[in-house]
Amino acid sequence: MKMNLVQAIGLALTQEMENDPSVILLGEDIGEDGGVFRVTEGLWQQFGDNRVIDTPLAEVGIIATSIGLAIAGMKPIPEVQFDGFSLPMLDQIYNHAGRMRKRSQGKYHVPLVFRVPHGGGIRALEHHSESLEAFFTHIPGIKVVTPSGPYNAKGLLVSSIRDPDPVVFLEPKRIYRAIKEEVPEEEYTIPLNKAEIRQEGSDVTVIAWGAMQKIVKEAVEKLAGKYSVEILDLLTLYPVDRNTIIDSVKKTGRCVVVQEAPRTCGYGAELIATINDKALLSLEAPVQRVTGYDIPVPLPKLENYYIPDVTRINKAIEAAMSF
Amino acid sequence: MPKDDIKIDLDIFQILNEDGKIVNTKEMPQLKNDDIKRMYELMVLARVFDDTALKLQREGRMLTYASLQGQEAAQIGSALAFQKNDWFVPSYRENGVFITVNYPLDMLYQYWAGDERGMKIPDDINALPVAIPVGSQIPHAVGIAWANKLMGRDSVAVVYFGDGATSKGDFHEGANFAGVFQVPCVFICQNNQWAISVPFKKQTHAETVAQKAIAYGIEGVRVDGNDVFAVFKIVKDAVAKARAGKGPTLIECVTYRLQHHTTADDWTKYRTPEEVDMWKRKDPIARLKKYMEDEGIWNEAYEMQVLNDAKAKVSEATKKFESAEPPKPIDMFTNVYEELPPEIEEQRKDFE
Repeated sequence: MKMNLVQAIGLALTQEMENDPSVILLGEDIGEDGGVFRVTEGLWQQFGDNRVIDTPLAEVGIIATSIGLAIAGMKPIPEVQFDGFSLPMLDQIYNHAGRMRKRSQGKYHVPLVFRVPHGGGIRALEHHSESLEAFFTHIPGIKVVTPSGPYNAKGLLVSSIRDPDPVVFLEPKRIYRAIKEEVPEEEYTIPLNKAEIRQEGSDVTVIAWGAMQKIVKEAVEKLAGKYSVEILDLLTLYPVDRNTIIDSVKKTGRCVVVQEAPRTCGYGAELIATINDKALLSLEAPVQRVTGYDIPVPLPKLENYYIPDVTRINKAIEAAMSF
Repeated sequence: MPKDDIKIDLDIFQILNEDGKIVNTKEMPQLKNDDIKRMYELMVLARVFDDTALKLQREGRMLTYASLQGQEAAQIGSALAFQKNDWFVPSYRENGVFITVNYPLDMLYQYWAGDERGMKIPDDINALPVAIPVGSQIPHAVGIAWANKLMGRDSVAVVYFGDGATSKGDFHEGANFAGVFQVPCVFICQNNQWAISVPFKKQTHAETVAQKAIAYGIEGVRVDGNDVFAVFKIVKDAVAKARAGKGPTLIECVTYRLQHHTTADDWTKYRTPEEVDMWKRKDPIARLKKYMEDEGIWNEAYEMQVLNDAKAKVSEATKKFESAEPPKPIDMFTNVYEELPPEIEEQRKDFE
């Protein structure tokens, strides 16, 4: 069946809740209202108050009680409405979700999936358009996953729910309804450490994740075959599939990393460090970065100047090719 | 629970006064002499354990340690009031509770001496590890209690924190969730009057901690935290109420931290010796001893035996933790994920 990302996530949640009675959802307005992005639409009607839980408006309470629920045998899926509101939750994620297995010497673990509508591009208010993946990938003990389309969203979410460790699931809200693909009703999973090669190529590797995949695809289409571009979609940011990245860069010798987040200490910097460690002698050019700027995400009137676009991506590809 | 039934009593509930006299016979819990002796023996053991930890720290054999002295009645009285199938969620000053639930003493020392293996909680104890970030453990207890309710388990969660923690958002969000979802959770605030150097009156403009319960629509009780009978009675009732599905309770145990905040602190900088002496006269152990003497269940011979037993246990624990094999450095890479990610696997190999 063809569906968008919102529907694919909704389907994964429904099926996992049907499979496993310990799976519960917690968040603001996720019940009768179906969530601000309609991701949980219909779930409260199907599963009721005890499994699709409208919480008080309290982000820390949502994540911290989820940690307790997970320790005591439930599989909570807490949701924050927008990435910018997840920052007070970092304390609990860093100090407890990611650390409880260590703190308890393996007695407890925290199998929760923290769903975060992520990134900009939807003309939203301030604090609704952040890209915080580097905050999360820097935390020991958690995994960070970000789908780029409906098919992989379903498979990755099922894997995340079944994973015994805490997973931060970054949902690129800009493409929630922008892409429709065939998503099987049948159960499937996508492993949490595998990148995908979206397009094979031999001249240059472009690495992107989440909503940037779509922009990269458009950019490469615009090049109209000028270069043979290999596009990697990371899907999981931690643990990341370094083998696929290194193999690709060794093959092409050139690389462009695209991220929506600010440049300094961004996730792309870690990728470039990894490429330098493991593929330096294959490089024909410095790895190029296309990123947001080191400024707060602008309000919608200027947002499009901030988020990497086709022009900036192609300029970076040209820079890599012409070095 | 219908909101009309919410009780808030801001008077301090007391059964055993500072002179060791029963002032509230009606509320005195049914306790056999052996039960009372057990309370006393655990309180003495906690004091000896604590004294020894402070001594070991001065000798460089223990790291930063948070003393519980003065809070033995609040900790042992409350810990005796819940059951083995209940959960106990500590902050960092709850060694008296750990001792009461039979946590191995050598492992407590091991933890406070900087060896993480000491927090490997035995299988038969439902406790979370020591929580250092103040108040952060409160909503975990609410989540555990919530899971118990959703899964229909006969288990209550009891969470401990201090007066400082009540200023934190974690306390507010946890208590609010507990009220909204009516989870079987008992909140025990040991109001020991000082959050390091900041007195309770600078922590909040409210007169009491217990009154904060009103805002969450839950029951709040204020109890003399140095009166082991009163603490036992109040916590036992709150646990029974939670177990019966009648909602959470916030209990303020009014007590006092007789020692420094931790061994890294010096209380003489911010409080007077007169204040500390005033609270020493309310010492929970001395008070219980006086009562027992009047009842004819305490004498010098018994005291010697209790002290010697406690010292023997603590000395054995000291020997055991100090003679333990040092932790293997390579083990720092374990228990981070269920399966070691390739990134850490590579770092582990580099380390080797």
